[in-house]
Amino acid sequence: MNDTVSSSTSLTRRRVLMAAPLVIAGAAGVGFWRMLSGMTQGSFDPHDIHAPALDRPVPDFTLPDQAPGQGFGAADLRALTRPVLVNFFASWCIPCVAEMPVLNALKDRLPIWGIAYKDKPGNAAGFVRRAGNPYARIASDLPGLTAIDWGVSGVPESFLVGPGGIIRWHTAAPLGDETIRDTLLPLAASLAR
Amino acid sequence: MTPPAARRSVLTRLLFVLAVLAGLSPLAAAAVDDPAEMLPDPRQEARAEAIGAQLRCLVCQNESIEDSGADLARDLRHVVREHVAKGESDRQIMDWMVGRYGNFIRLRPPLTAGTLLLWIMPVLALLVGAGAAFLSFRRSRPATPVPLTDAERARLSDLTRPR
Repeated sequence: MNDTVSSSTSLTRRRVLMAAPLVIAGAAGVGFWRMLSGMTQGSFDPHDIHAPALDRPVPDFTLPDQAPGQGFGAADLRALTRPVLVNFFASWCIPCVAEMPVLNALKDRLPIWGIAYKDKPGNAAGFVRRAGNPYARIASDLPGLTAIDWGVSGVPESFLVGPGGIIRWHTAAPLGDETIRDTLLPLAASLAR
Repeated sequence: MTPPAARRSVLTRLLFVLAVLAGLSPLAAAAVDDPAEMLPDPRQEARAEAIGAQLRCLVCQNESIEDSGADLARDLRHVVREHVAKGESDRQIMDWMVGRYGNFIRLRPPLTAGTLLLWIMPVLALLVGAGAAFLSFRRSRPATPVPLTDAERARLSDLTRPR
């Protein structure tokens, strides 16, 4: 009697021990699947864990003109009454080339101000002319030090600047149609009100 | 036995790989040890290097800005040296960096609610390991056999009876 009780509890314990790795592996699998599907849908970006600039005024800076546009500084952004997308780009950056058609499709719905990051003015000007200029204003950050003040770690990187020059949204990834439709434009519309 | 020719070719290949590695290492070091980057005061330079060793290169990851040859890392090294030359404290420079790039830039994350699990993980792993070892040692001790019943003893003597 005692023997059968102890053997049945040891059997249960053995079953639990055998199931534990399966359950843990299953939970890890579900976690990874959610992370990966979030990455493909754009709702999760592992590089986006740092965004101290959010909900703070743009840092102090003044940048010179970058042909074919007119330069700008923090004062111009703080004087805004409607939202503007600030886009860091460079002619040497392949994802920026791919992002250009997206920006060109966006420019009529949301003004885009560009900052050429560590790019020779001649190269940046040629790149913007070839791609079709999506920028209302373009400034040049050849030393790349203004980008550091914004917390930029690479190009392209985009910031939605709301009225009063407050940074409201940020992405370190190239902009895609889905992000623009589902996140950026609704947010810009709510800020413009 | 490996034929001598094959062994020789393996040796040649190994030597080639070593030669390539040896040729690359000074290049990799040169990316960081550019004297033009260094501060003239060796004490300040040592401080700047110590601060830089705690800052993550954001484009290469898991490499400090002192170890990286990336453009952004070079710019950040330059910024650190500017701040050191201005006489700022380590804390001020760290806060300046964290204000721009968040705690992500710190190779040694601060102890917060979000990083608690990360910090106590070695202790947890040790406890779990010790627990598992304790359980397995206890289980492996041989159990005292249950004495045979009368029926079993009779059957045993029946089976082992010489014929």
